[in-house]
Amino acid sequence: MSDAAALRPDDRYRQMISGISSKTFLEGLVLPAIGIFAFLMLWQFAANRIDTSLGQFPGPVQVWEQVQNLADEHQRERQKETEFNQRQEERNAKKLEKNPDAEIKWRDYTGKPTFIDQIRTSLWTVAAGFLIANLIAIPLGIVCGLSAGMYKAMNPIIQVFKPVSPLAWLPLVTMVVSASYTTEDPMFDKSFLNSAITVSLCCLWPTLINTTVGVAGIDRDLVNVSRVMALPWFTHIRKIVIPAAIPMIFTGLRLSLATGWMVLIAAEMLAQNPGLGKFVWDEFQNGSSDSLGRIMVAVLVIGFIGFALDKLMLTLQKRVTWDKNAVLR
Amino acid sequence: MAGKYLDITGVGIEFNTGGTKFRALQNVNLKMEKGEFVSLIGHSGCGKSTVLNIVAGLLRATEGGVALEGREVDEPGPDRAVVFQNHSLMPWLTVYENVELAVNQVFRKTKSRAERREWIEHNLKLVNMDHAMNKLPGEISGGMKQRVGIARCLAMQPKVLLMDEPFGALDALTRAQLQDSLMRIQAELGNTVIMITHDVDEAVLLSDRIVMMTNGPAATIGEILQIDLPRPRDRLELAEDPDFVHLRQQVLEFLYAKHVNPDTKARGEAKPAPLRDASAPAPDDDSPSGGADTQAA
Repeated sequence: MSDAAALRPDDRYRQMISGISSKTFLEGLVLPAIGIFAFLMLWQFAANRIDTSLGQFPGPVQVWEQVQNLADEHQRERQKETEFNQRQEERNAKKLEKNPDAEIKWRDYTGKPTFIDQIRTSLWTVAAGFLIANLIAIPLGIVCGLSAGMYKAMNPIIQVFKPVSPLAWLPLVTMVVSASYTTEDPMFDKSFLNSAITVSLCCLWPTLINTTVGVAGIDRDLVNVSRVMALPWFTHIRKIVIPAAIPMIFTGLRLSLATGWMVLIAAEMLAQNPGLGKFVWDEFQNGSSDSLGRIMVAVLVIGFIGFALDKLMLTLQKRVTWDKNAVLR
Repeated sequence: MAGKYLDITGVGIEFNTGGTKFRALQNVNLKMEKGEFVSLIGHSGCGKSTVLNIVAGLLRATEGGVALEGREVDEPGPDRAVVFQNHSLMPWLTVYENVELAVNQVFRKTKSRAERREWIEHNLKLVNMDHAMNKLPGEISGGMKQRVGIARCLAMQPKVLLMDEPFGALDALTRAQLQDSLMRIQAELGNTVIMITHDVDEAVLLSDRIVMMTNGPAATIGEILQIDLPRPRDRLELAEDPDFVHLRQQVLEFLYAKHVNPDTKARGEAKPAPLRDASAPAPDDDSPSGGADTQAA
């Protein structure tokens, strides 16, 4: 069959692409390196000329020192914790030796959270907020995309709430959470819930809108095929709607996650909820000569994490997308 | 003619586009027998696809109705499978999975898992596509995609196979191959087929009857031409067969003498351009319904 020949140009195209990429590999490495180096020089140059009430603005070298300091602090704190736990265990073991029926108390170590702990908290919070948002936004987006009526009903609400800054929500969220979340043994901290819900409220919109657009834009013929096969609605959604809308859903997810991460830092600063935002604020209030350097470390880490989160989503998108030729960036 | 199998009676349709009413079809009557192959031919915009979509149940007729084996058609279903012009395979499913989606839907209760698997493979073999079962539609050519589209429809064992310009988007050589395949399969399985086409040769070669439609608005059936050429038909032999040439002539006469394409007439061209532009199939949208029926789902 003559059809088979049609495959070949595609292969050639792929070869061409891979040829180019190996050629540009050096450029892909060298050019960014030059860019970074130039930036570091400029930074150092500018930093030397900025004097603040907390001393000179930190250059790359001072910031690197603070990175090491923060890592050391973290290790010291961890060591203290293990020592504390060891002492406690020994004490308890002795108690049990004397009296097997003795009541044993276990106290958790309550040290100051280190920079690494704050990173972890922020990551957990953004993950939770992102998850809550998508559990609402994706199904709702599918419904809005399938039903023009539903879209018309939802549209004013989406348009009004989309541009609202998270920080306007924060006091409301805080009050509602403290009023309604009153269990004896809370599974989550209130501050965690506050931050996560605030993040969700901002993450919701990009996913919702993009999912709606993606679902509404499904090829009419594919919908007709589904109608001819008389697929039940759930199979229709699972086998046709979701795969067709996946690229747009992921566009929304990536925008959401980026927004969510930015919002989270601001929310943590404002509400003094544990996390990287609180770290920045504490350092600012602390006002030691190291503070600016430590804040700069946080700035860079926030940037790198944001970048990494987007890369993560991109990798995930590449895994689930069916269009292997699509250019994703 | 008995024609109890598929019965299109007094079908007309009116579209409501932004307040203005547009009458696309009027009083379309056609009766078909089981195993019959009927082509619908006519100029672009004459409502051929609309007729097909009404039979498929994708559009609802304003008046009149369609009955299949005595039962009224009012919604789409796998007993009236449609082969769309642009193959319409799910790009995220492999060739096998595309057919499987249909087979699982139709034979979920009546066939076991192994039987279904065999049935899918059997249908792909029928269109010579069993070698590419695990490929994605993006990895195969247009002709191969259309083969899979046909296999998907055959696998549903429809009572009527509806084909909406199935080969319109293919190059001439691939089209000829697929026409031959379709003839072979139809001879073997005895499917009842309604096919829309722009191609006069294709219509004469494949059909038992050619239904020629007048130009819209308010298009209807102009003439019906009986094609009594003996089967199996061979395109090379037929090319010089006087009967074939005569039948072909009759269709051309209908299209270019009796019912000139309104666009051509307006431009005042002395001789009409060849009907088919092989390289670029008309961006077909016979039904002015536009996106109307998508949202209805």
